[in-house]
Amino acid sequence: MANESTVQTSSTTALNPNQTGSIWGGGESPMKAEYGKLMMWFFLLSDALTFSAFLIAYGVARYSYPAYEGAAADFVYNPDAYWPIPEKVYNAIPFFHGLDAPLIFVGLMTFILILSSVTMVLAVEAGNTDALDPDTKQAEVQKWMLWTIFGGIIFLSCQAWEWAHFIEGTEQFMTGITADTFFGANLTQNQYGPPLFAAFFFFITGFHGMHVLSGVVLNIILFYNTVMGTYRKRGHYLMVEKIGLYWHFVDLVWVFVFTFFYLV
Amino acid sequence: MSTVDIDIKQATDDSHGGGHDEHHEHHGNFWTNYIFSYDHKVIGKQFLLTGMFWALIGVAMSVVFRLQLGFPDANLEFLRPLLGGWIDSAGKLDPNFYLALVTMHGTIMVFFVLTAGLSGTFSNYLIPLQIGARDMASGFMNMLSYWFFFLSSVVMFASLFIQTGPASGGWVIYPPLNALEQASPGSGLGMTLWLVSMALFIVSTLLGGINYIATVINLRTEGMSFTRLPLTIWAFFITAVIGLLSFPVLFSAALLLIFDRSFGTSFFLSEIYIGGEALSNVGGSAVLFQHLFWFLGHPEVYIVLLPALGITSEIVATNSRKPIFGYRAMIGSILGIAVLSFVVWAHHMFVSGMNPFLGSVFMFLTLIIAVPSAVKAFNYITTLWRGNLVFTPAMLFSIGLVSLFIVGGLTGIHLANAAIDIQLHDTYFVVAHFHLVMGASAFFGMLAGIYHWFPKMFGRMMNDKLGYVHFWLTFAGVYLIFFPMHFLGIAAFPRRYYSFTSFEPFGKFTDLNMLISVAAILTFAAQFIFIFNFFYSMFRGKIAPANPWKSNTLEWTTPRNPGHGNWPGPLPKVYRWPYDYSKPGAKDDFIPQNVPYSETKESNLPYEEELAKLEKEPKSNATKRDA
Repeated sequence: MANESTVQTSSTTALNPNQTGSIWGGGESPMKAEYGKLMMWFFLLSDALTFSAFLIAYGVARYSYPAYEGAAADFVYNPDAYWPIPEKVYNAIPFFHGLDAPLIFVGLMTFILILSSVTMVLAVEAGNTDALDPDTKQAEVQKWMLWTIFGGIIFLSCQAWEWAHFIEGTEQFMTGITADTFFGANLTQNQYGPPLFAAFFFFITGFHGMHVLSGVVLNIILFYNTVMGTYRKRGHYLMVEKIGLYWHFVDLVWVFVFTFFYLV
Repeated sequence: MSTVDIDIKQATDDSHGGGHDEHHEHHGNFWTNYIFSYDHKVIGKQFLLTGMFWALIGVAMSVVFRLQLGFPDANLEFLRPLLGGWIDSAGKLDPNFYLALVTMHGTIMVFFVLTAGLSGTFSNYLIPLQIGARDMASGFMNMLSYWFFFLSSVVMFASLFIQTGPASGGWVIYPPLNALEQASPGSGLGMTLWLVSMALFIVSTLLGGINYIATVINLRTEGMSFTRLPLTIWAFFITAVIGLLSFPVLFSAALLLIFDRSFGTSFFLSEIYIGGEALSNVGGSAVLFQHLFWFLGHPEVYIVLLPALGITSEIVATNSRKPIFGYRAMIGSILGIAVLSFVVWAHHMFVSGMNPFLGSVFMFLTLIIAVPSAVKAFNYITTLWRGNLVFTPAMLFSIGLVSLFIVGGLTGIHLANAAIDIQLHDTYFVVAHFHLVMGASAFFGMLAGIYHWFPKMFGRMMNDKLGYVHFWLTFAGVYLIFFPMHFLGIAAFPRRYYSFTSFEPFGKFTDLNMLISVAAILTFAAQFIFIFNFFYSMFRGKIAPANPWKSNTLEWTTPRNPGHGNWPGPLPKVYRWPYDYSKPGAKDDFIPQNVPYSETKESNLPYEEELAKLEKEPKSNATKRDA
């Protein structure tokens, strides 16, 4: 932090208020983008490539196995023959054992995460607006940050339940159950499909979950700083915007993860 | 918390100081000034010293395996004090350790020396100085970047000493060889440490890279438009962008491999039998790993090479006393190389199993890289052409780089062709090719950079005479080592083999292998001249003048030992591009970037005369060079 202000001072010393030249001509930040925001964008770019590599790896595995060809009604899990249909795997909701509710729960989870992105937008908006007096501004940012944190925690909790259910297993869509039948999933085998199916599920949703978790931690720090008036004293809520970028990115990645795992 | 004003004051105080040893800031202590420093110059030097340490180890390793290759029957008992149990009772090098040496030599040289040591040193040191900034955008992240690299170095260094030896399945760590502990002794703990170390290394690279990019975009001083950036900065900038986009993919591959190794998944494993028994892993794809690896691996070549080319551009122009030929073409070729570097990776996999059509696509794209590469080579030659050449050691190493780059690049055209590559793949021809075009070239660039910017770094000059001796021995040595390897490769010597004595037809090349090994030993020995020169000059060298090479770039407008903040007064303004050397009519044969056109009436071109008028107006529009 100490150094941040040093550098900000140093970059502003070169600013010439009279300058009318090109914004790329030096002496000022192009597009008025502060360096921290720029850094966040570049970090997200590199993180996007990390996720892309995972999802491409998932795609390679997915298409190296045959898809299920029969009628959906006749579907049974068969780890040796084909990749499972997602609707038949992610079909449970809490407290309704045995109910076939395809993608309802994950749909809800996704909706909550996207809502938390909306509340994040409202927090950024409240921080950036000039229309509010400092007290109201701080209160607004606090309120929306709290909702965002809440949404993030709900999402993580839902994911925890989903993982637990996935690991525990189900007797639905199973044929020829014997005493040796393996239920649920771990990194080496699972009842639903080829071993890689669960391995990738754990790996990629877990990696994304770690991102959400760090996002929630960052949001809690943001909330704390807002409550303590740090940004108010600093005169701007730019940090909310920067962490907001990260939070939206995590949501966006989830949209891709959702598409890859639950829709195709 | 320090402020710039304090730093500026100190910079002024220090500017009359004596040597580096007398230079210390008046606030902070040893720890904050030299160890956990935020100052980009200190961090650059930290990268440099760590890089030099690794270079010594990496090259020493190659000398050990060259001993084995050149003198397969020799008794290596004398290495026992160093290698201990890796020399067996008969005085022979342990074959497993031979593989570990080859692997670690590659890893160390590619990542620790030529990525961190080269980019880390010069990007950190030169970006703020040459664009006219007080420091990097975030000094804290910059410091973290070094310490992640340091941690990664510690882990990799520790892996050299464990009982099962360091990773030994090749620096490309292909599974299943590197995924299964049973594959080789080094595939156990050694490989785990390798992966941990690389994960830390990637974090370091990303922290550094994000900083370099943000700094170049945001912190340029007034007048320093992108078309006035020295080519060094262009090279560092694009290098950072390439690293930012390619390292995360290696990170993904490494994480998946860690899961395969430690948690029983089969991302890269399928249908493997060990001792007649099938492993449970099914469904994974080893070729997928190769794709992910080379998506980093090929851009990595340019991460290594581009900074060296940038340094060369600067040194060649300065010491030819001529503007760099085709400044914009140089920028274009850097950008072209950057874009192409992401679409050619599968040319490393022509024999890995690929649709032949895809092979021809990658072949075609790879051949296109010859175009921007040739642009650079021709521009260096045309810059040198009829220049008033000043043969400083830095200049010699830069010219050496151009020579190596051309010779190594030519064989790249052979290897890019799938049909020829299938013959030459994994032979010494490939070893010769990449050592010349990227290994030795980048190493020469690094040495050139050290010789050129040593006066700025430490306030003293390096000894020229020793520099010349160092250059000629290294230059001759590198060619003696790598040129004969082409013939070994054409004769089908596979790389990474412990010994060739059991293959009758290879017998007639024994002398050649011996020659290579002798050259390698002598070249290694020659580096100690440099090490001596480096440390001796740091403390006892001639005091450096303000601008020893009569160079145009901004770093030479700082005090001899710049403090944190670089310029004691306000930041210099930039009025012109960095290559106004030997401008017709000018008083001197160089005009630094911070000299306004209004002060150089005698040499201004008509459009510069227009710019000179604009400089006088308070609301100047001087930033547009060619408006």
